[in-house]
Amino acid sequence: MTNDVLQKTILSWFPDPEFPQPQFSEEGSQFLNLSTQPEQLHELMQLLKNNPETHFDYLFCLTGVDYGKELGVVYHLESTVHRHMLVVKVQTEDRENPVLGSVQDIWATANYHEREVFDFFGIKFSKHPNLKRLFLTEDWEGYPLRKDYVDELNMVVK
Amino acid sequence: METAIKEPTTSKSNFKSEEYFINMGPQHPATHGVLRLLLTIDGEIIKKVEPDLGYIHRSIEKMCENNSYQQIVHLTDRLDYLSSHINNEAVCLCVENALELEVPERVKVIRTILGELTRIASHTLWWGVMGMDVGALTTYFYGFRDREMINDIFEETCGARLTMNYNVPGGLMQDIHPNFVKRVKEFIPHFRSKLPEYDRLLTGNIIFQKRTKGVGILSKEDAINFGASGPVARASGYSCDVRKYHPYSALDKITFTEALDTTGDSFARYKVRIAEMWESLAIIEQLIDNIPEGDFKVATNAVIKLPKGDFYQKVETARGEFGVYIISAGTKNPYRVKFRSPGLSNLSLLNHIAVGGKIGDLVATMATIDIVVPDIDR
Repeated sequence: MTNDVLQKTILSWFPDPEFPQPQFSEEGSQFLNLSTQPEQLHELMQLLKNNPETHFDYLFCLTGVDYGKELGVVYHLESTVHRHMLVVKVQTEDRENPVLGSVQDIWATANYHEREVFDFFGIKFSKHPNLKRLFLTEDWEGYPLRKDYVDELNMVVK
Repeated sequence: METAIKEPTTSKSNFKSEEYFINMGPQHPATHGVLRLLLTIDGEIIKKVEPDLGYIHRSIEKMCENNSYQQIVHLTDRLDYLSSHINNEAVCLCVENALELEVPERVKVIRTILGELTRIASHTLWWGVMGMDVGALTTYFYGFRDREMINDIFEETCGARLTMNYNVPGGLMQDIHPNFVKRVKEFIPHFRSKLPEYDRLLTGNIIFQKRTKGVGILSKEDAINFGASGPVARASGYSCDVRKYHPYSALDKITFTEALDTTGDSFARYKVRIAEMWESLAIIEQLIDNIPEGDFKVATNAVIKLPKGDFYQKVETARGEFGVYIISAGTKNPYRVKFRSPGLSNLSLLNHIAVGGKIGDLVATMATIDIVVPDIDR
Protein backbone atom coordinates (compact mmCIF):
# COMPACT_ATOMS: atom_id res chain seq x y z
CA MET A 1 0.00 0.00 0.00
CA THR A 2 1.40 3.40 -0.90
CA ASN A 3 1.66 6.13 1.68
CA ASP A 4 -1.28 8.06 0.20
CA VAL A 5 -3.62 5.08 0.31
CA LEU A 6 -2.39 4.20 3.78
CA GLN A 7 -3.14 7.72 4.98
CA LYS A 8 -6.65 7.66 3.49
CA THR A 9 -7.38 4.23 4.98
CA ILE A 10 -6.35 5.27 8.46
CA LEU A 11 -8.26 8.55 8.29
CA SER A 12 -11.41 6.68 7.25
CA TRP A 13 -11.41 4.96 10.66
CA PHE A 14 -11.95 8.31 12.33
CA PRO A 15 -14.86 9.87 10.49
CA ASP A 16 -15.94 12.11 13.36
CA PRO A 17 -14.27 15.54 12.81
CA GLU A 18 -14.91 16.42 16.48
CA PHE A 19 -12.63 13.59 17.49
CA PRO A 20 -8.87 14.34 17.48
CA GLN A 21 -7.61 13.23 14.08
CA PRO A 22 -4.23 11.54 13.57
CA GLN A 23 -1.77 13.95 11.98
CA PHE A 24 0.31 12.76 9.03
CA SER A 25 3.65 14.03 7.84
CA GLU A 26 6.40 12.87 5.49
CA GLU A 27 8.70 15.79 6.11
CA GLY A 28 12.27 14.96 7.08
CA SER A 29 11.68 11.21 7.13
CA GLN A 30 11.75 8.33 4.69
CA PHE A 31 8.57 6.86 6.20
CA LEU A 32 5.01 8.09 6.60
CA ASN A 33 4.73 9.58 10.07
CA LEU A 34 1.58 9.57 12.14
CA SER A 35 1.17 11.63 15.30
CA THR A 36 -1.54 10.66 17.71
CA GLN A 37 -2.81 11.56 21.18
CA PRO A 38 -2.01 9.38 24.22
CA GLU A 39 -5.70 8.62 24.83
CA GLN A 40 -6.12 7.41 21.27
CA LEU A 41 -2.92 5.38 21.07
CA HIS A 42 -4.07 1.94 22.14
CA GLU A 43 -7.19 1.90 20.00
CA LEU A 44 -5.29 3.12 16.96
CA MET A 45 -2.52 0.55 17.41
CA GLN A 46 -5.04 -2.24 17.72
CA LEU A 47 -6.69 -1.16 14.47
CA LEU A 48 -3.34 -0.86 12.72
CA LYS A 49 -2.48 -4.42 13.61
CA ASN A 50 -5.83 -6.14 13.24
CA ASN A 51 -7.21 -4.42 10.17
CA PRO A 52 -6.40 -6.71 7.21
CA GLU A 53 -5.71 -3.71 4.95
CA THR A 54 -2.92 -2.34 7.12
CA HIS A 55 -1.88 -5.51 8.99
CA PHE A 56 1.10 -4.01 10.85
CA ASP A 57 2.16 -7.17 12.65
CA TYR A 58 5.86 -6.43 13.10
CA LEU A 59 6.92 -3.73 15.57
CA PHE A 60 10.60 -3.51 14.77
CA CYS A 61 11.67 -0.50 16.77
CA LEU A 62 10.33 1.22 19.86
CA THR A 63 12.18 4.37 20.85
CA GLY A 64 11.79 6.73 23.76
CA VAL A 65 12.62 10.36 23.00
CA ASP A 66 13.00 13.41 25.22
CA TYR A 67 11.99 16.39 23.06
CA GLY A 68 12.99 18.89 25.71
CA LYS A 69 9.50 19.93 26.74
CA GLU A 70 7.65 16.73 25.94
CA LEU A 71 8.46 13.08 26.36
CA GLY A 72 7.51 10.78 23.55
CA VAL A 73 7.65 7.30 22.10
CA VAL A 74 8.24 6.43 18.45
CA TYR A 75 6.94 3.13 17.08
CA HIS A 76 8.32 1.77 13.80
CA LEU A 77 5.85 -0.64 12.25
CA GLU A 78 6.08 -2.95 9.28
CA SER A 79 3.61 -5.34 7.72
CA THR A 80 5.06 -8.74 6.89
CA VAL A 81 2.23 -9.30 4.41
CA HIS A 82 2.03 -5.96 2.56
CA ARG A 83 5.60 -4.87 3.33
CA HIS A 84 4.61 -1.27 3.94
CA MET A 85 5.93 0.74 6.87
CA LEU A 86 4.61 3.39 9.19
CA VAL A 87 6.00 5.43 12.04
CA VAL A 88 3.65 6.27 14.91
CA LYS A 89 4.62 9.07 17.27
CA VAL A 90 3.01 9.96 20.55
CA GLN A 91 3.97 12.64 23.04
CA THR A 92 3.00 13.73 26.51
CA GLU A 93 3.81 17.08 28.14
CA ASP A 94 3.63 15.71 31.67
CA ARG A 95 7.23 15.22 32.74
CA GLU A 96 6.44 14.51 36.38
CA ASN A 97 4.12 11.60 35.78
CA PRO A 98 4.11 10.66 32.10
CA VAL A 99 1.69 7.85 31.34
CA LEU A 100 1.06 6.20 27.98
CA GLY A 101 -0.92 3.12 27.08
CA SER A 102 1.06 -0.09 26.82
CA VAL A 103 0.99 -1.92 23.50
CA GLN A 104 2.55 -5.12 24.83
CA ASP A 105 -0.81 -6.90 24.52
CA ILE A 106 -0.72 -6.11 20.77
CA TRP A 107 2.95 -6.90 20.09
CA ALA A 108 4.75 -9.11 22.60
CA THR A 109 8.07 -7.51 21.67
CA ALA A 110 6.90 -4.24 23.27
CA ASN A 111 7.13 -5.83 26.71
CA TYR A 112 10.92 -5.54 26.99
CA HIS A 113 11.21 -2.39 24.92
CA GLU A 114 8.66 -0.52 27.03
CA ARG A 115 10.58 -1.55 30.12
CA GLU A 116 13.69 -0.09 28.51
CA VAL A 117 11.87 3.21 27.83
CA PHE A 118 10.58 3.24 31.41
CA ASP A 119 14.11 2.60 32.64
CA PHE A 120 15.70 5.47 30.72
CA PHE A 121 12.89 8.01 30.34
CA GLY A 122 10.54 7.26 33.21
CA ILE A 123 7.52 6.94 30.93
CA LYS A 124 4.98 4.69 32.62
CA PHE A 125 3.01 2.32 30.47
CA SER A 126 -0.41 1.65 31.92
CA LYS A 127 -1.54 -1.98 32.02
CA HIS A 128 2.02 -3.25 31.53
CA PRO A 129 2.21 -6.50 33.56
CA ASN A 130 5.82 -6.19 34.68
CA LEU A 131 6.87 -2.56 34.54
CA LYS A 132 10.22 -2.39 36.28
CA ARG A 133 13.68 -1.29 35.28
CA LEU A 134 15.27 -3.46 32.62
CA PHE A 135 18.96 -2.52 32.75
CA LEU A 136 19.53 -0.32 35.77
CA THR A 137 19.17 -1.33 39.39
CA GLU A 138 15.87 -0.83 41.19
CA ASP A 139 17.26 1.93 43.42
CA TRP A 140 18.69 4.04 40.60
CA GLU A 141 17.68 7.69 40.90
CA GLY A 142 16.48 9.57 37.85
CA TYR A 143 16.13 8.63 34.21
CA PRO A 144 19.50 8.84 32.45
CA LEU A 145 18.46 9.37 28.84
CA ARG A 146 16.39 12.42 29.67
CA LYS A 147 18.05 15.63 28.52
CA ASP A 148 17.90 17.20 31.99
CA TYR A 149 19.58 14.26 33.72
CA VAL A 150 22.68 15.27 35.66
CA ASP A 151 25.43 12.98 36.85
CA GLU A 152 28.57 14.99 37.48
CA LEU A 153 30.62 11.93 38.33
CA ASN A 154 30.01 9.69 35.35
CA MET A 155 28.98 11.98 32.54
CA VAL A 156 31.44 13.82 30.33
CA VAL A 157 29.81 17.04 29.20
CA LYS A 158 31.51 18.76 26.32
CA MET B 1 8.82 -25.31 74.00
CA GLU B 2 6.85 -28.04 72.44
CA THR B 3 7.64 -29.35 69.05
CA ALA B 4 5.24 -31.46 67.15
CA ILE B 5 6.86 -34.65 66.03
CA LYS B 6 5.59 -35.61 62.63
CA GLU B 7 4.87 -39.16 61.78
CA PRO B 8 7.32 -40.33 59.12
CA THR B 9 5.42 -40.78 55.91
CA THR B 10 5.86 -43.89 53.94
CA SER B 11 3.42 -43.35 51.13
CA LYS B 12 5.01 -41.96 47.95
CA SER B 13 2.10 -39.68 47.17
CA ASN B 14 2.94 -37.58 50.20
CA PHE B 15 6.11 -36.23 48.59
CA LYS B 16 5.42 -32.69 47.54
CA SER B 17 7.14 -31.09 44.60
CA GLU B 18 8.03 -27.52 45.28
CA GLU B 19 9.00 -24.71 42.94
CA TYR B 20 12.20 -22.90 43.67
CA PHE B 21 14.47 -20.59 41.77
CA ILE B 22 18.14 -20.72 40.86
CA ASN B 23 20.51 -18.35 39.16
CA MET B 24 22.05 -19.21 35.84
CA GLY B 25 24.93 -16.84 35.35
CA PRO B 26 26.02 -14.04 35.29
CA GLN B 27 29.23 -16.03 35.02
CA HIS B 28 27.86 -19.17 33.45
CA PRO B 29 29.79 -20.37 30.39
CA ALA B 30 26.58 -21.07 28.49
CA THR B 31 25.31 -17.51 28.86
CA HIS B 32 27.98 -16.20 26.47
CA GLY B 33 28.88 -13.14 28.43
CA VAL B 34 27.44 -11.60 31.53
CA LEU B 35 23.80 -12.52 31.34
CA ARG B 36 21.95 -13.62 34.44
CA LEU B 37 18.90 -15.78 34.10
CA LEU B 38 16.56 -16.31 37.03
CA LEU B 39 15.07 -19.74 36.58
CA THR B 40 11.96 -20.81 38.41
CA ILE B 41 12.04 -24.57 38.31
CA ASP B 42 10.09 -27.53 39.53
CA GLY B 43 12.55 -30.38 39.73
CA GLU B 44 14.28 -30.01 36.42
CA ILE B 45 11.31 -28.59 34.55
CA ILE B 46 11.51 -24.88 33.81
CA LYS B 47 8.49 -22.84 34.89
CA LYS B 48 9.81 -19.38 34.14
CA VAL B 49 12.92 -17.75 32.73
CA GLU B 50 13.55 -14.14 33.61
CA PRO B 51 16.68 -12.47 32.27
CA ASP B 52 18.35 -9.91 34.49
CA LEU B 53 20.13 -7.51 32.18
CA GLY B 54 22.45 -4.56 32.44
CA TYR B 55 25.69 -6.06 33.73
CA ILE B 56 27.63 -4.48 30.88
CA HIS B 57 25.36 -1.61 30.00
CA ARG B 58 27.50 1.31 28.83
CA SER B 59 24.74 3.67 27.70
CA ILE B 60 26.15 3.94 24.21
CA GLU B 61 22.98 5.71 23.04
CA LYS B 62 23.59 8.54 25.50
CA MET B 63 27.28 8.68 24.61
CA CYS B 64 26.31 9.16 20.96
CA GLU B 65 24.48 12.37 21.83
CA ASN B 66 27.80 13.99 22.73
CA ASN B 67 29.83 12.64 19.83
CA SER B 68 30.19 13.53 16.18
CA TYR B 69 28.86 11.25 13.46
CA GLN B 70 32.34 9.95 12.66
CA GLN B 71 32.88 9.03 16.31
CA ILE B 72 29.58 7.19 16.65
CA VAL B 73 30.76 4.61 14.12
CA HIS B 74 33.48 3.55 16.53
CA LEU B 75 31.00 2.94 19.33
CA THR B 76 28.82 0.60 17.30
CA ASP B 77 31.32 -2.21 17.00
CA ARG B 78 31.17 -2.47 20.77
CA LEU B 79 27.55 -3.54 20.44
CA ASP B 80 27.48 -6.87 18.67
CA TYR B 81 31.23 -7.33 18.48
CA LEU B 82 30.92 -10.35 16.19
CA SER B 83 29.12 -8.26 13.56
CA SER B 84 31.17 -5.13 14.07
CA HIS B 85 31.70 -4.44 10.40
CA ILE B 86 27.98 -4.62 9.65
CA ASN B 87 27.13 -2.37 12.59
CA ASN B 88 29.62 0.22 11.33
CA GLU B 89 28.10 -0.05 7.90
CA ALA B 90 24.61 0.65 9.27
CA VAL B 91 25.64 3.96 10.82
CA CYS B 92 27.58 4.99 7.73
CA LEU B 93 24.64 4.17 5.46
CA CYS B 94 22.29 6.10 7.71
CA VAL B 95 24.54 9.19 7.66
CA GLU B 96 25.14 8.90 3.92
CA ASN B 97 21.42 8.63 3.20
CA ALA B 98 20.75 11.67 5.33
CA LEU B 99 23.44 13.64 3.47
CA GLU B 100 22.19 12.22 0.14
CA LEU B 101 25.75 11.11 -0.51
CA GLU B 102 26.35 8.53 -3.23
CA VAL B 103 29.35 6.35 -2.42
CA PRO B 104 31.42 4.77 -5.23
CA GLU B 105 30.56 1.28 -6.46
CA ARG B 106 33.93 0.06 -5.23
CA VAL B 107 32.99 0.96 -1.68
CA LYS B 108 29.63 -0.82 -1.92
CA VAL B 109 31.18 -4.04 -3.20
CA ILE B 110 33.97 -4.08 -0.60
CA ARG B 111 31.47 -3.38 2.18
CA THR B 112 29.30 -6.28 1.09
CA ILE B 113 32.22 -8.71 0.81
CA LEU B 114 33.46 -7.75 4.27
CA GLY B 115 29.93 -7.98 5.63
CA GLU B 116 29.55 -11.53 4.40
CA LEU B 117 33.00 -12.49 5.69
CA THR B 118 31.90 -11.10 9.05
CA ARG B 119 28.78 -13.23 8.92
CA ILE B 120 30.82 -16.37 8.22
CA ALA B 121 33.27 -15.49 11.02
CA SER B 122 30.39 -14.98 13.43
CA HIS B 123 28.63 -18.19 12.42
CA THR B 124 31.81 -20.29 12.68
CA LEU B 125 32.34 -18.98 16.19
CA TRP B 126 28.69 -19.69 16.99
CA TRP B 127 29.03 -23.19 15.56
CA GLY B 128 32.07 -23.90 17.72
CA VAL B 129 30.42 -22.62 20.86
CA MET B 130 27.14 -24.34 20.01
CA GLY B 131 28.93 -27.69 19.94
CA MET B 132 30.71 -26.89 23.17
CA ASP B 133 27.44 -25.98 24.89
CA VAL B 134 26.02 -29.41 24.13
CA GLY B 135 29.22 -31.19 25.08
CA ALA B 136 31.26 -31.50 21.90
CA LEU B 137 34.53 -29.70 22.52
CA THR B 138 36.15 -30.45 19.15
CA THR B 139 33.82 -28.11 17.29
CA TYR B 140 35.31 -25.17 19.14
CA PHE B 141 38.74 -25.79 17.65
CA TYR B 142 37.37 -26.45 14.16
CA GLY B 143 35.34 -23.25 14.25
CA PHE B 144 38.21 -21.13 15.48
CA ARG B 145 40.60 -22.62 12.92
CA ASP B 146 38.46 -21.35 10.03
CA ARG B 147 37.56 -18.09 11.70
CA GLU B 148 41.28 -17.40 12.07
CA MET B 149 41.69 -17.17 8.29
CA ILE B 150 38.98 -14.51 8.08
CA ASN B 151 40.46 -12.59 10.98
CA ASP B 152 43.81 -12.58 9.19
CA ILE B 153 42.12 -11.06 6.13
CA PHE B 154 40.53 -8.41 8.34
CA GLU B 155 43.79 -7.67 10.07
CA GLU B 156 45.59 -7.10 6.81
CA THR B 157 42.96 -4.82 5.31
CA CYS B 158 41.35 -3.11 8.29
CA GLY B 159 44.19 -3.23 10.80
CA ALA B 160 42.05 -4.96 13.40
CA ARG B 161 40.67 -8.43 13.90
CA LEU B 162 37.49 -7.85 15.86
CA THR B 163 36.50 -4.20 16.10
CA MET B 164 37.30 -3.22 12.56
CA ASN B 165 36.26 0.44 12.29
CA TYR B 166 36.88 0.17 8.58
CA ASN B 167 33.79 2.06 7.44
CA VAL B 168 33.61 5.81 7.66
CA PRO B 169 30.78 8.07 6.49
CA GLY B 170 31.52 8.48 2.80
CA GLY B 171 33.40 5.25 2.21
CA LEU B 172 36.24 3.31 3.74
CA MET B 173 39.10 4.22 6.02
CA GLN B 174 41.71 3.14 3.45
CA ASP B 175 41.87 1.01 0.33
CA ILE B 176 41.94 -2.78 0.54
CA HIS B 177 45.27 -4.50 1.02
CA PRO B 178 46.88 -5.80 -2.23
CA ASN B 179 46.59 -9.35 -0.87
CA PHE B 180 42.88 -9.03 -0.10
CA VAL B 181 41.45 -10.61 -3.26
CA LYS B 182 44.02 -13.40 -3.25
CA ARG B 183 43.40 -14.25 0.40
CA VAL B 184 39.62 -14.27 0.03
CA LYS B 185 39.93 -16.51 -3.02
CA GLU B 186 42.07 -18.89 -0.99
CA PHE B 187 39.55 -18.89 1.80
CA ILE B 188 36.48 -19.78 -0.29
CA PRO B 189 37.63 -23.25 -1.51
CA HIS B 190 39.19 -23.91 1.88
CA PHE B 191 35.94 -23.25 3.69
CA ARG B 192 33.92 -25.11 1.04
CA SER B 193 35.96 -28.20 1.85
CA LYS B 194 35.56 -27.68 5.61
CA LEU B 195 31.80 -27.12 5.79
CA PRO B 196 30.97 -30.77 4.99
CA GLU B 197 33.34 -31.60 7.84
CA TYR B 198 31.10 -29.57 10.14
CA ASP B 199 28.16 -31.66 9.01
CA ARG B 200 29.99 -34.93 9.54
CA LEU B 201 31.15 -33.92 12.98
CA LEU B 202 28.02 -32.36 14.46
CA THR B 203 24.97 -32.11 12.19
CA GLY B 204 24.67 -35.83 11.65
CA ASN B 205 25.59 -36.72 15.21
CA ILE B 206 22.70 -38.60 16.76
CA ILE B 207 23.34 -37.28 20.28
CA PHE B 208 23.39 -33.73 19.00
CA GLN B 209 20.17 -34.28 17.05
CA LYS B 210 18.43 -35.68 20.10
CA ARG B 211 19.49 -32.64 22.08
CA THR B 212 18.16 -30.16 19.54
CA LYS B 213 15.29 -31.70 17.57
CA GLY B 214 11.88 -30.76 18.92
CA VAL B 215 13.45 -28.49 21.55
CA GLY B 216 12.53 -24.84 21.95
CA ILE B 217 9.90 -24.69 19.24
CA LEU B 218 8.95 -21.22 18.04
CA SER B 219 5.99 -20.72 15.73
CA LYS B 220 6.01 -18.24 12.87
CA GLU B 221 3.29 -16.06 14.47
CA ASP B 222 5.22 -15.87 17.73
CA ALA B 223 8.43 -15.07 15.89
CA ILE B 224 6.79 -12.03 14.28
CA ASN B 225 4.98 -11.06 17.47
CA PHE B 226 8.15 -11.11 19.55
CA GLY B 227 10.02 -9.12 16.92
CA ALA B 228 12.43 -11.96 16.19
CA SER B 229 14.75 -11.59 13.24
CA GLY B 230 17.71 -13.28 11.64
CA PRO B 231 18.22 -17.05 11.70
CA VAL B 232 15.95 -17.37 14.76
CA ALA B 233 12.97 -16.05 12.80
CA ARG B 234 13.87 -17.71 9.53
CA ALA B 235 14.01 -21.13 11.19
CA SER B 236 10.32 -20.65 11.98
CA GLY B 237 9.48 -19.97 8.35
CA TYR B 238 9.29 -16.20 8.67
CA SER B 239 11.03 -14.75 5.65
CA CYS B 240 12.63 -11.57 6.97
CA ASP B 241 16.08 -11.19 5.47
CA VAL B 242 16.82 -7.47 5.30
CA ARG B 243 19.26 -8.24 2.50
CA LYS B 244 16.31 -9.43 0.41
CA TYR B 245 13.60 -6.96 1.41
CA HIS B 246 15.61 -3.79 1.92
CA PRO B 247 18.88 -4.41 0.06
CA TYR B 248 21.74 -2.07 0.85
CA SER B 249 25.28 -1.57 -0.52
CA ALA B 250 25.89 -4.02 -3.40
CA LEU B 251 23.28 -6.56 -2.29
CA ASP B 252 20.69 -5.46 -4.87
CA LYS B 253 22.87 -6.92 -7.65
CA ILE B 254 23.33 -10.28 -5.96
CA THR B 255 21.31 -13.42 -6.37
CA PHE B 256 21.15 -15.61 -3.31
CA THR B 257 18.66 -17.88 -1.59
CA GLU B 258 17.31 -16.92 1.78
CA ALA B 259 17.86 -19.84 4.16
CA LEU B 260 14.48 -20.87 5.55
CA ASP B 261 13.10 -23.70 7.64
CA THR B 262 9.65 -24.35 8.98
CA THR B 263 10.24 -26.56 12.01
CA GLY B 264 11.17 -23.73 14.36
CA ASP B 265 13.12 -25.92 16.79
CA SER B 266 16.75 -25.63 17.85
CA PHE B 267 17.87 -27.95 15.08
CA ALA B 268 16.15 -25.77 12.47
CA ARG B 269 17.96 -22.68 13.77
CA TYR B 270 21.19 -24.66 13.55
CA LYS B 271 20.52 -25.73 9.96
CA VAL B 272 19.60 -22.19 8.88
CA ARG B 273 22.95 -20.86 10.08
CA ILE B 274 24.86 -23.63 8.31
CA ALA B 275 22.92 -22.83 5.12
CA GLU B 276 23.68 -19.13 5.56
CA MET B 277 27.40 -19.84 5.55
CA TRP B 278 27.06 -21.54 2.16
CA GLU B 279 25.05 -18.57 0.87
CA SER B 280 27.58 -16.06 2.15
CA LEU B 281 30.29 -17.91 0.25
CA ALA B 282 28.14 -17.68 -2.90
CA ILE B 283 27.64 -13.93 -2.38
CA ILE B 284 31.35 -13.30 -1.93
CA GLU B 285 32.11 -15.38 -5.01
CA GLN B 286 29.81 -13.24 -7.14
CA LEU B 287 31.62 -10.08 -6.10
CA ILE B 288 35.27 -10.89 -5.48
CA ASP B 289 36.31 -10.96 -9.16
CA ASN B 290 34.44 -7.79 -10.01
CA ILE B 291 35.55 -5.20 -7.51
CA PRO B 292 35.19 -2.01 -9.57
CA GLU B 293 38.08 0.41 -9.85
CA GLY B 294 37.65 3.82 -8.32
CA ASP B 295 37.94 5.79 -5.14
CA PHE B 296 37.54 4.20 -1.75
CA LYS B 297 35.99 7.32 -0.28
CA VAL B 298 34.10 10.44 -1.23
CA ALA B 299 35.13 13.57 0.57
CA THR B 300 32.86 14.75 3.36
CA ASN B 301 33.10 17.84 5.48
CA ALA B 302 35.38 17.49 8.47
CA VAL B 303 32.36 18.35 10.61
CA ILE B 304 29.33 16.43 9.43
CA LYS B 305 25.99 18.11 10.09
CA LEU B 306 22.91 16.12 9.20
CA PRO B 307 19.78 17.99 8.07
CA LYS B 308 16.93 18.22 10.53
CA GLY B 309 14.81 15.08 10.56
CA ASP B 310 14.55 11.38 11.37
CA PHE B 311 16.72 8.81 9.65
CA TYR B 312 16.45 5.06 9.88
CA GLN B 313 18.63 2.36 8.40
CA LYS B 314 18.27 -1.36 8.87
CA VAL B 315 20.84 -4.01 8.00
CA GLU B 316 21.12 -7.75 8.46
CA THR B 317 23.81 -8.68 10.96
CA ALA B 318 24.74 -12.26 11.81
CA ARG B 319 22.08 -12.15 14.54
CA GLY B 320 19.27 -10.46 12.68
CA GLU B 321 17.88 -7.05 11.98
CA PHE B 322 20.00 -4.24 13.33
CA GLY B 323 18.54 -0.75 13.05
CA VAL B 324 20.02 2.69 13.51
CA TYR B 325 17.54 5.46 14.22
CA ILE B 326 19.00 8.97 14.26
CA ILE B 327 16.98 12.02 15.19
CA SER B 328 18.88 15.07 14.04
CA ALA B 329 18.29 18.65 15.08
CA GLY B 330 20.62 19.92 12.37
CA THR B 331 23.72 20.17 14.55
CA LYS B 332 27.02 18.28 14.51
CA ASN B 333 25.79 15.87 17.17
CA PRO B 334 22.71 13.70 16.91
CA TYR B 335 19.79 14.68 19.12
CA ARG B 336 18.92 11.09 19.84
CA VAL B 337 20.29 7.77 18.60
CA LYS B 338 18.54 4.47 19.03
CA PHE B 339 20.10 1.14 18.15
CA ARG B 340 17.54 -1.52 17.46
CA SER B 341 19.45 -4.59 18.50
CA PRO B 342 18.41 -8.02 17.26
CA GLY B 343 19.59 -9.57 20.52
CA LEU B 344 17.07 -7.98 22.88
CA SER B 345 14.07 -9.00 20.80
CA ASN B 346 15.43 -12.49 20.27
CA LEU B 347 16.12 -12.87 23.98
CA SER B 348 12.63 -11.70 24.91
CA LEU B 349 11.13 -14.86 23.45
CA LEU B 350 13.38 -17.17 25.49
CA ASN B 351 10.85 -17.50 28.30
CA HIS B 352 8.15 -18.35 25.78
CA ILE B 353 10.04 -21.25 24.20
CA ALA B 354 11.95 -22.58 27.22
CA VAL B 355 9.03 -23.05 29.64
CA GLY B 356 8.17 -26.72 30.05
CA GLY B 357 11.60 -27.88 28.97
CA LYS B 358 14.56 -28.99 31.03
CA ILE B 359 17.59 -26.95 32.10
CA GLY B 360 19.80 -28.89 29.69
CA ASP B 361 17.42 -27.99 26.87
CA LEU B 362 17.60 -24.35 27.85
CA VAL B 363 21.35 -24.41 27.27
CA ALA B 364 20.85 -25.84 23.79
CA THR B 365 18.07 -23.36 23.05
CA MET B 366 20.13 -20.39 24.17
CA ALA B 367 23.02 -21.55 22.03
CA THR B 368 20.81 -21.55 18.94
CA ILE B 369 19.42 -18.10 19.71
CA ASP B 370 23.05 -16.98 19.53
CA ILE B 371 23.12 -14.26 22.13
CA VAL B 372 25.79 -11.60 22.30
CA VAL B 373 25.25 -9.73 25.54
CA PRO B 374 26.82 -6.33 24.66
CA ASP B 375 24.32 -6.19 21.82
CA ILE B 376 21.46 -6.59 24.29
CA ASP B 377 22.83 -4.28 26.97
CA ARG B 378 24.21 -1.57 24.66
